[in-house]
Formats: sequence, structure tokens, C-alpha cells
Amino acid sequence: MIAIKTEDLTYVYSAGTPFEKTAIDHINLEIEQGEFVGVIGHTGSGKSTLIQHFNGLLKPTSGRILINGVDLWAKETKIRDYRFKVGLVFQYPEYQLFEETVYKDIAFGPANMGLSPAEIDERVREAAEFVGLKPHHMQKSPFELSGGQKRRVAIAGVLAMNPEILVLDEPTAGLDPKGRDRILGQIKQYHKARGTTILLVSHSMEDIARYAHKVLVLNHSGVAMYDDVAAVFSRDKEIIQMGLSVPQITRIFSRLRDRGYPVSESVYTMDYAKQELLSLLSGKEG
Amino acid sequence: MLRDITIGQYFPGKSVLHRLDPRVKIVLTLAFIVMLFIASNPIGLLVGILFLVLTYGISRIPPIMILKSLKPVLPIILFTSILNMFFIEGTPLFQWWILKITLEGVTTAIVMSIRILCLIAGTSLLTYTTSPIALTDGIERLCSPLNRLKLPVHELAMMMTIALRFIPTLIEETDKIMSAQKARGADLETGGLMQRAKALIPILIPLFVSAFRRADELAVAMECRCYRGGEGRTRMKQLKIQMYDIWCSVFVGLCIAAVIFINLFAPVVLHM
Amino acid sequence: MPNIISAEKVRFGYQKENNEFNLVLKDISLEIPQGQFLAVLGHNGSGKSTFAKHLNAILLPQGGTVTVCGLNTADEDKLYDIRQQVGMVFQNPDNQIVATIVEEDVAFGPENMGVEPSEIRTRVDEALKDVGMDEYKTHAPHQLSGGQKQRIAIAGIIAMRPRCIVLDEPTAMLDPRGRSEVISTVKRLNSELGITVVLITHYMEEAAQCDRVVVMNDGEVLLDDTPRRVFSHVEQLKSVGLDVPQATELCWQLRKNGFDLPDDILTEDECVEAISALLEAKK
Repeated sequence: MIAIKTEDLTYVYSAGTPFEKTAIDHINLEIEQGEFVGVIGHTGSGKSTLIQHFNGLLKPTSGRILINGVDLWAKETKIRDYRFKVGLVFQYPEYQLFEETVYKDIAFGPANMGLSPAEIDERVREAAEFVGLKPHHMQKSPFELSGGQKRRVAIAGVLAMNPEILVLDEPTAGLDPKGRDRILGQIKQYHKARGTTILLVSHSMEDIARYAHKVLVLNHSGVAMYDDVAAVFSRDKEIIQMGLSVPQITRIFSRLRDRGYPVSESVYTMDYAKQELLSLLSGKEG
Repeated sequence: MLRDITIGQYFPGKSVLHRLDPRVKIVLTLAFIVMLFIASNPIGLLVGILFLVLTYGISRIPPIMILKSLKPVLPIILFTSILNMFFIEGTPLFQWWILKITLEGVTTAIVMSIRILCLIAGTSLLTYTTSPIALTDGIERLCSPLNRLKLPVHELAMMMTIALRFIPTLIEETDKIMSAQKARGADLETGGLMQRAKALIPILIPLFVSAFRRADELAVAMECRCYRGGEGRTRMKQLKIQMYDIWCSVFVGLCIAAVIFINLFAPVVLHM
Repeated sequence: MPNIISAEKVRFGYQKENNEFNLVLKDISLEIPQGQFLAVLGHNGSGKSTFAKHLNAILLPQGGTVTVCGLNTADEDKLYDIRQQVGMVFQNPDNQIVATIVEEDVAFGPENMGVEPSEIRTRVDEALKDVGMDEYKTHAPHQLSGGQKQRIAIAGIIAMRPRCIVLDEPTAMLDPRGRSEVISTVKRLNSELGITVVLITHYMEEAAQCDRVVVMNDGEVLLDDTPRRVFSHVEQLKSVGLDVPQATELCWQLRKNGFDLPDDILTEDECVEAISALLEAKK
């Protein structure tokens, strides 16, 4: 089933003023349900604008956007329902925390959905568990926590809405490697457990390579590529031309291949790279 | 979207009016206001109008901008005009039941309206041709004698500069927080007054927290750059009175003299 | 080269809410020679930012001393001399720009120091040229990208003519393009103007480009050597929550599996050469 479909989706900022700017231009896209998609593109390529269409925060200037086959902006749809169907975690989400306790903050979304207190409680606890928050954290003020913990509270606040589609805009920006691995690991776990469709916006090609199954490359307000991770990173020269990069490991293997060594052209993670070289080296030995 | 709002009314340009020393411009604007109020005669007001036509012409501010700045005060002008028309005693022009419009009332209403419109157009011209930072700078330097009265002039000017600097940042931030809360299902558009006020909490609290954090970080950054208040501080941009500053002052002086002359010698038509 | 900064047994901590005392810096000693490009690596909470704030007397040590250009940072009379010599750039570019026009902001430091107006003008123009932002001098800061704003912040510091710049995670909030803009600017300031640079970061790619890397963990100096030697301690770095470049890690993985590779591979080139050599040998 198609979770997200866009038809000639176009959005123009400040239309009719001298500052008019087309942020996304005739985007046609189909994202299958349950997919884990990495979204890359440099600043200004339209990433943020595109993802804000998925839950109806922005209304297309022209074109259509369909979630599970339903047009978001058709007369009969209630746009607010899509805020819960498509969970959107913004950049630096910890800056949106406001409640007295962690518990209440995570409960904000479910409460807006009009769930019963028992349901809210269950959702909050589940979401907190997914992001590794301990029961003793729940009654603390979110402002007392460390940066990484605050970030996880904010993500839990979106997870607690049980979205069918989860969109994360650079969830690891500003975190150190440990904090980064922890959050991405939890997201992967969530994907595995729930089968939620996930879109992960990131500047780190290494992270995309490690966690995503498919990659959406945006460039000049349009879709440049949408394919499997291996297929996208094998077009390394095009990607570099867009001002983006591929994982270092991919570059190393691309150069080894250029030198005539028979290595695979779709190496993008450390584990795969190691296997590939080990089999090559031992094969030659034997 | 919030971020479409432009801050201040500065309209960049290179005219003489743009290049005038901000201190001179502020003083001349005040002089212009005085001129409007001493003009007790419609011919005197005409000088004010001609003055505005001339200065707007020189500044090359599109005339549509004048209308824009006048729009917000129209209700006030309308209201005072109506009061003037009905409540000033004199020769009745029109009478119905207890309502009476007098000739004096109508003329006063017209003169007052012209005066207020000129006043707004004149002060807007100051903000159109002076960047907020130059304006702050001008005010700071004009008020510097007040330092001796222990008024923290430099500090107030610094606060104004920082406010100007952070308004766009905080507007953008508000935009982001609103989107983030809407993404969690916050309903900002419907409900009664109380409900709407309550719906603002998830926006205002993060905004305040962030403003305090920014203030904190900015204070440390300023300390790192040797900031220690106004004492011993120099300025890169020195304000210097140029020839055209003097000529413009002379011109405004002449206009005021003309208004006084008209007051004294032109036939007095009105009493106000 | 004489030392520009020397920290001797610096100790710093604060009282937590539950009255426990949290020691952030545990007797740190470090000498930084004039002209060096030093990276301080460490995860969040390792004490690296706290240490940075000691270098220009924003924080004062509770034990030990910090000496900057021969001045003790605890000497209040010399506070502004110290801050002029050691400039500091922070993580969030938005929160360190004071003025509404780029050149006015760069002038802020020299103005505070009471420099002559004509001299400020020269310094501002030079500083903006040094960071490659001279064409933006009359822009408003909020119209610039993150990398550009951060370069303005750097210009604001070098207009004070410091001998050392401390950058506290200057690239953490930037996209890859902004990150490389900032790093190449800083590298140029170090090589062309001879300014000593202390770069606090958790990006190992940035640390790999420096002269020397200090790895901090839990308030102590864990490693202190050239990037090459530091990154050869792959296991140790991973254990304190840090990364190594993928090139280094790949060679380390192969060595762990019994293949003979140099243990100080740092760059992509070296990695490609080493693996090619290995593959050739097996042919």
C-alpha cells in the first residue's frame, strides 16, 4: 500500500511579493507503507517544506498530497486528524517542551486526540519506554533534564500519538556520537516493532546508510533520486555534483574499484565493507 | 506566515534625506511638528503640505507608502472630526433635532485632520529614511547630555539595538514552535476566548524559555568581546554634520519663519 | 614556541540540586604553544566546554591556575586584556551577534576596547575579508546562512586582534556546507595569521585536520597527541562514546582480523593505498 503519494506538489513562499520563492516544484512521489526512507538534500533543497506537507501544516500552492490514498485537502477530510496520523518531529524538538512534568508533556499529543485517561497513560508509558526514559524521569520537569534526554522526551511526545507515518527532521543535530547512536537505534527499534513508515531527514550520509532502506534525494526543489540505498550511493559522482556527499567508506570502495579491484559497487556500511574485503582477501589466499 | 512581516519601516535609499545625520533628522522632524502646531492659518498649513510634497519627492519613497502609514490613524481622525463638527458652537450650517453642524466646526475638523495627517506623514518619513540602528544611534547621542543626570542612556540604546536584532529571530522561533505544537495536535484556531488563551501556553512557555537562554548566551558572548557598558567605548561610525545637514536645517528654519510670518500678516480666517 | 596558554591542575565543579558536588574538571593540566591548531574532543558532559570557558576568564578555576599570555586569569585587573587576547566563538551563531548590521557587529569588540574610530574601520574591513564575508558587510545578520553567521562571529573576534581563538562547538548547528566553510576559515586564520586555535568539537573529521588532539573524558585528559596517534586508539575512543573516521576504522577492523596494515591510517588516501597494497600482496 502507498502511504504517501504526491501529485505535482508545488509550494510557493510569499507568493505575489518580491520575495516569492518556489520551495518545492512539481514533486511526484510514492512512498510504500512500512518503508524506512532517508531524506537528503542540502539546505534550501525543499526538504523542510516537503515534510511539512505530509501532516497538513502547509497547504500546497498546487498539486495534491494523499495519505493512505486520501487527499489531505479534499473538502471532507479533517486536516487535524492527519497531525496524529503523520507524526512530525521538528529539528531541535526539545525547544517545544513546555509542561511541568515529562509525563504531561508526552501526554500533550494524546490528550489533544481526545483519548481517555487510561489510554493516554498507556500511550505515554509505551512511548517513554521506546526512547529509554525511566519511570523516575516522568515526574521531573523537562527543563531539568540533559540535552539528550530532553530530545528523547520530545520524540516520545510524537511517538505517543501512535502515528502511522513518522517524519523526523535531523533528530540527531547537535548530539555527540553516543547520543546520536542511541536515538537512531531507538527509532530503528520502533520501526521494527511497529512497522511504522519512517522518513528520516539527515545530513549524515553515514547515518542514512546505516539505518535507511531507501533514500530520497532532493535537489533544486525537486526529486533527484528515489531508490534503494545501494542504488543511490552507487551514483556517487552525481551526488557529489549536487554538493552532497556519500559515506567515506563508499568513496574508498569506489576508488578501489577505479583501480581495478573486483569490489562490489554498493558498499555503504562498515560491516558490509569488512565482509567484502575479508572474503576478497581470504579468497585470494585460498 | 509570521516571517513575512517586515520589521521597522526603513526603506533603503540614497537620497539626501537618507544621508542626513540622524540627529539632525530627529531634530528637524520635531521642528516640523512644532511648525504644524504654530500654523494657526490654513495658508500656514499649506506650507507644511508643500514641505511634505517636496521631501517625499526628494526621498523617492513611493507615495503609496504614505497611504499605508496613514491608514491606521484614519479612524481616530474620523472620530475627532465628527466631535469637532457637532460640538463647536458657531454659525449653524445644518440642524436636525438636537444635532447641529456649524461652519466653525467643519473648518476646525478639516484643519485638525490635515494637521494630524501631516504629522503622521512627516514622522513616517523619518522612519522610512532612517534605519532603526541609525535612529537608535541618533537618539542615544542626542540624549547623551542626560547621562549627567544618571540616566542610563547607553544602556537603553543598547537594549533597543538588541531588541531590533532579535525581533526577526524570535518571530522565526515563534513560527517554528507554533508548527511544532500544531504537529502535536494543538488547536490554535477554534474555541472560545478562554480556550484560545489557554492554547497559547504551549507556545509562550517555550518562547520565554528560549528567549532567556538566548539572553544568557548573548550576555556571555558580549562579555567575551570586552563589553563593559558605555564607559570608554568608541564608535566606528562617527556622526559628522555635513554641509547638506546645515542647508536642510536652514531650509526648515525658513519654513518655520514663513509660517510665523503668515500667522502675523495674513488675514486671520480662523480661531482655533 | 612559547606557550600562549597554560593550565595547571585546573579543578572546577558545582553543587547539584541534591547537594552532591559534581566535579567537572579534575586537575587538568595542558600547555598550548603559540600558533598551534588544537582540537579538544569529547562527548557531551566530558567537561570540554567548561574547560574552554576557563581560557578567557569566563569561569575561574576553583583549584589550580590558568595563565594566558603570561597573565593569570584570576587577576581581575587584567580581565579585559585576557579577553582581548583570547577570543571565543560559541555554538549558536544567532546568540552571539549583537548588532543589526554585519559590519556594526564586527565593530562591537573594538568599540568596547576603545579603539580609535578610523582604526576600527580598518580592522572591520580586514576581519571581514579574512573570513571571506566582505561583500556582506551591510547585510542584516538574520538574512545569512548559519555558516555565514558563524563566520561573522569569527570576524567579530579577530577584529579584536587576539592571539588565540577558542571555538566551542562552532559547527554543531550547521549543515555540512556551513561546517566546511567555518573549518576552512579557521584553518586559514591559523596558517596565514598565525592565530592559535582551540577547536572544541565532537566531529572527528574536524579533529583529524588539526596539529594536536586532546581527548577529554569525565573531566580528565584521556589522550593528548597528534591526530594520527590519537585515532589509532580506536577501541579506547569508542569506549568513551566517540567515533573514528571510517577509513581508520576499516583498517582497524582488518588488523583485528589478522591482516598487516599500518595502525595510523587517518585519511581516505592512506586507506586506499594500504588496502591496495594488501590486495596486491595477495595476488
